[in-house]
This record gives sequence, structure tokens and C-alpha cells, in this order.
Amino acid sequence: MVERVALFVTCLADTLYPDVGKATVTVLERLGIEVVFPGEQTCCGQMHGNSGYPGEAVALARRFVDVFDGFDAIVTPSGSCAAQVREHFGDLLDGNDRGVPARTWELSQFLTGVLAREDVGSTFEGTVAYHPTCHSLRLLRVGDAPLRLLQAVPGVELVELPDAEECCGFGGTFAVKNADVSAAMLDEKIAAITASGAECVCACDSSCLMHIGGGLRRRGIAVRPVHLAEILAS
Amino acid sequence: MNAPRSDAAAARDARPESFPRAAPAALANQQVRANIRHATTTIRRKRAGVVAEVPDWELLRIAGSAIKDEALASLDSVLVELEESVRAAGGAVHWARDAAEANEIVVGLIRAEGVDEVVKVKSLATDEIRLNEALEGAGIRPIETDLAELIVQLAGERPSHLLVPAIHKNRREIRDLFSDRFGLPGLTDEPVELAEAARLHLREAFLRSRVAISGANFAAADTGTICVIESEGNGRMCTTLPEVLITVMGIEKAIPRFRDLEVFLQLLPRSSTGERMNPYTSLWTGVRDGDGPQRFHLVLLDAGRTRVLADPAGRPALRCIRCSACINVCPVYRQTGGHAYHSPYAGPIGAILAPQLAGETGAVASLPFASSLCGACYDVCPVLIDIPSILVHERGKVVAHERPGVEGRSLKLLGKAFATRAGYERAQRLGRSLQRPVARDGWITHFPPGPLGAWGRSRDLPAFPAQTFREWWESRDQRT
Repeated sequence: MVERVALFVTCLADTLYPDVGKATVTVLERLGIEVVFPGEQTCCGQMHGNSGYPGEAVALARRFVDVFDGFDAIVTPSGSCAAQVREHFGDLLDGNDRGVPARTWELSQFLTGVLAREDVGSTFEGTVAYHPTCHSLRLLRVGDAPLRLLQAVPGVELVELPDAEECCGFGGTFAVKNADVSAAMLDEKIAAITASGAECVCACDSSCLMHIGGGLRRRGIAVRPVHLAEILAS
Repeated sequence: MNAPRSDAAAARDARPESFPRAAPAALANQQVRANIRHATTTIRRKRAGVVAEVPDWELLRIAGSAIKDEALASLDSVLVELEESVRAAGGAVHWARDAAEANEIVVGLIRAEGVDEVVKVKSLATDEIRLNEALEGAGIRPIETDLAELIVQLAGERPSHLLVPAIHKNRREIRDLFSDRFGLPGLTDEPVELAEAARLHLREAFLRSRVAISGANFAAADTGTICVIESEGNGRMCTTLPEVLITVMGIEKAIPRFRDLEVFLQLLPRSSTGERMNPYTSLWTGVRDGDGPQRFHLVLLDAGRTRVLADPAGRPALRCIRCSACINVCPVYRQTGGHAYHSPYAGPIGAILAPQLAGETGAVASLPFASSLCGACYDVCPVLIDIPSILVHERGKVVAHERPGVEGRSLKLLGKAFATRAGYERAQRLGRSLQRPVARDGWITHFPPGPLGAWGRSRDLPAFPAQTFREWWESRDQRT
């Protein structure tokens, strides 16, 4: 039984979405898990790796392994950062990853897989459309773990998101290098969110929510982007 | 009947633009986008249905990728074996280093037959080398016989999809085109009537032409058998009626053994058209007295393929069997269609294959970035090409070639900052103070030009909050 985890908050949540980090701490502590935050952590290097800067990605992967090596479990509220660690570190580090990737968990996978919990003692009021982010779905393969967690929250009314598995168009630097295509993809995602009638759109990645949320705000649509951790912490 | 030089043809020959530059025009064409959305949605649904029926689909994918990898790993000997087998069966084999050499060989072969017209089976390799332009330049008229290729040729355009070259055109547009080019003012846009008009036009060509040109889906090295897969039967006409058949194939189409076809004939139709079996599978081995073409030429095309082969990380792109499943699920292709790629290989596979074939230079160097790395392509690939990983690999090659722009310099700086805790925390504080003058109500809505401006054209950005997570954590630690 895991009793103590290291939180990898991600550079994005640390800097722009501290509430997502706080919510992750709240959920884990509510379940009796001791949370440690190694202050030396910075970034997993996904942005560099995916943008064509493997040298920087390798250096950041090495740093990540050094910082988190001493922990039995590392938990992060991001599907894409967890996927970077679990799916790409092995190659980037030629296998010299000291087993850290296998001990790194995206929050919903940790809760449902490692702790075998679905009801984490939350309550929430509202209709929620769940957007499965690409890397959590197709790289990390979280499956229906986030949905099972949401279904177990009293007061959450899940509504169907049309074409839920389509990318929102973020894709890191893709959103600025191919801004027009990215925006066209976002338009479709926002149309689907609007059609769902949900009050909140929920996902396991702050980055995709930043993209969707920024698009919703620009278009004056009142749907609230909310991270899974925030619903579970409420 | 040749298409007159139109604006479309002029545009087609213009210097290719990078993907982000070509995309706005594609995005502005609502008709094309609607056609593509409709067609790809239909095909991907059909594909998902027929793939789900096959209990050993995942094993087939593994087998397909293993056979292709085996062929690629021993391509030197596989190709020599193919050459010997084809010669033993009465065919001739020609080796072409690049597009120009391949075109020269084909033109020479046609001239030797003394004809000025050829019928063509749908072929990506000949699109890639722009054979039709080379033929026209040599006074030889190529007639595309695949219905969609014919439509594209009559319109003076380029194909926009591997498998459905005229996916960007709807029935009404095709009616107008046929009505004009075939001189049929009363033509309606009923599919039956459109097909009949094309059939009459093509049947004359099949009976008249003495030389046909095809590509190849597969070529079995042990027997020298060439395989072409199609839906309409027009390819079958080309490979059986004329006296001479010239096949142009990329060298990566060779497979070691005839029996390997068993795997690919299951993978390809389900992945491409969403059919359990394709209507026409033509197989021929050299020539046979009194039956079919009496002279057969196989042109083996390199055109950058050995360069791809030399890079282990990029090499799996050569497994591609041109099914287009990746294209049909791609959310980027879905928005732009194929023309923005400026390559016969569009969509995810085009984004890794075209730059590799060209050596990561020119407009195609923008293609590896034309992806959000959503991974839908890898999930459907019948030969397990990890397209997202190769996209990332290709990005690295392009970045290494290019002078860094704003984005490159920013990423380098961030890389340095993130290497230490002090640098990272300094970057956080710097970001927060830089945005202070422009942030309103927790949001940034106005941006400077450059990457931030590109974001800001359609999205707001959350402002940095007063406290980072780590600052909160420290304050909490001190409290407890």
C-alpha cells in the first residue's frame, strides 16, 4: 500500500494553475496519503521533446529522474506530462531511467489503479462534459478511469460530449506554429462542448483546458473549464 | 480533350508554400472542408466497423509491420531477387535513382513503341515523380483511368487524398466538369449518369491505347509477381488490354514472398476503403503468350527512399501500404484537406514521408509541425508506424538545420532556465512581472506579434496568478 507520494505538479500548473496542484494535494491527503513536494522539480521536458529539441528534453528528463528517484510513487495531474515520463523517458535516457517512469502516475490512474478507489469523498453540483485529452487517451491509455471517478461524485451529472475523442487543437507549439488550423480544430471542439449543454468541461490536462478555456472566454461562452482534480477536491 | 491550362493548373505549379502559409486558403474554402469532413467521417466509420470484426486484427498489424521490416532490412537482396524473378518471367527491370531518371526511362519506353498516348492506373509513385508532366512535355498524352484521378486530371488539379484523389469535389462540381469536357450539356449529377459518362470516355481509351502505365501496391520478390489493388476495374483494363505494360514502383513496395500477400490483402482494404475485400486485385507475373500485355517493364524508383532507409528512427515510414487510414482520422487533414501539404503524400503519413524523401528541405520541412501529435494516426495504422514519434524525430532534424526563430530562441532559453531550480523560479517571477501591465481580471487578451500573437488571434490566455503553487506550498509548510 502506497502511503507517501511525491507530487509532480508540472511547470504549467505550478505557474498558471496552482489551484490544480492544491486540489491534487487535497484529494490525496483526504485519502490518507502523505504528499511531498520536491522543490527541485521544474519541467518534464515534453515541450522541448515534442518541438524538436531533444537535447533539452534529455537534460530535463535526467533532472526529473534525479529529483524523483527516491520516491516509490510520483503523482501528477497531467496526462501528457505523465505520458512524457512513462512513454518517452526510456528512449530519451537509453533506458537509464532508474525505474522512475514506471513509478510515475497520472492522478486518475493512481487513484483507480494503484489505490483502487473511485469514490474519493467529493461532492460537486453541475453538468459536466468530459474531454479525454489525446495523450491521456492514446499515449497513456487511461481508458475510462477519469469517467469512473466522475461518475462516483454525487452531484456530477455527466453529459455526452459529441466526438469527444477529437483533439482540441492545442498540441503545444502547434497552437502557435499552425495557429489557423489549431483555431479551426478548437472551433469544432467548442461547438461540441456548446452542443453538449454542459456547465463545465472537464479534462486531465491543464494545457488542453488552457486552450479550450482561452477559446471559450474569447468567444464569450460561459462554460467553465475545470480540471478533474478540482472536481474531485470539492 | 486535354485540360486547358487553367488558373488551377498555374496554381498547382507555383512554388510550394509552407503548410501554415497554405492552410488559410484551404480553411477559407467551406465547400471543400464540408466535402472532406463528410467523406472522411464516412470512411473512418466504415473502417472502424470492419476492423472490429477481425478477432486477430492486432496480430495482423504486427505481422504486417514485421514483414515490411524484414523486407526493408534486406532490401538490397530482396530487390535483386525481385529483378531476377521478373526477368525469369519475361519482364524487363529498370532502376531509377530519382524522378528525372524514372521519367526518362518511361518516356524512352513509350517512344520505342511509337505511340503518343497511354492509359494509366491510379498510382502515387507516378504522381510523386510528376510523370504526367514529363509525358506531356514529350508529346505523350497520359489518360488517367481511375475515376477520381480522371476528374482531377480533367480539372487540371492535383489529387488531395491518397485514396480518394477528388475528395475535395462534390457531385455538382463533377457534373459541371464532365459536361464541359465531354460535351454533354444534358448531364445530371446522378452518380449512375456520371459514372456512365466516364465509362464511355474511358472504354474508347482502353481499346485504343497500346501502352499502359501502373504503379504497384506490392511486388513479391520470390515470384516476381506485381499486385495492384483497386475498386473500379479500370486498373484491370489497363493491366490486361494494352500490348505493353510499364509499372513504376517505389523500391519499398517489394515484399519477400508471394505468401506475404495474405497478410496485406486483409489489412489494406479494411484500413483504406473500409471494405472486407477490395473489388479488384490484379496479380501478374512477367508476360504470357497470347494473354495480356506481351511486353512488361518494371521501373524501380529510389527517389530518396534509400536516404529514409539509412535513418533507423525514420525508416518505419517506408512500411506504409498507402491505405490512408491515418489521413481519414487526422484532425489537421480534416480541416485543410490535402492540397495544403503540397505533396502527393498528405496527412500524417505525408508529414513524415514527404520531408524524409526530400531531405527535410524546402516547404515540406514545415510538414512535421503540421500535427498536434494527437496520436489518432498511430492507432489506426495497419503496419504500426508510430507516426507521432517520427514527426517528433523529423522536427528535431528540421530544427537542427534551421536558424532559430523567436520560438527556437525561447525554447533554448527556457531549457536553460529549467535546468536549475533558481533559474526556473526566476523565469516564473519574470513572467509574472512582464505580464502585469497587460493582464486584466486574470486574463490576457491583447498580445504582441509573434508566437503570442498567433495564440491570441483566437484565444485568451490566463494571467499568472499572484502565487505559484510552490509559493503556496512553502507558505503552507511554514504554517504547519
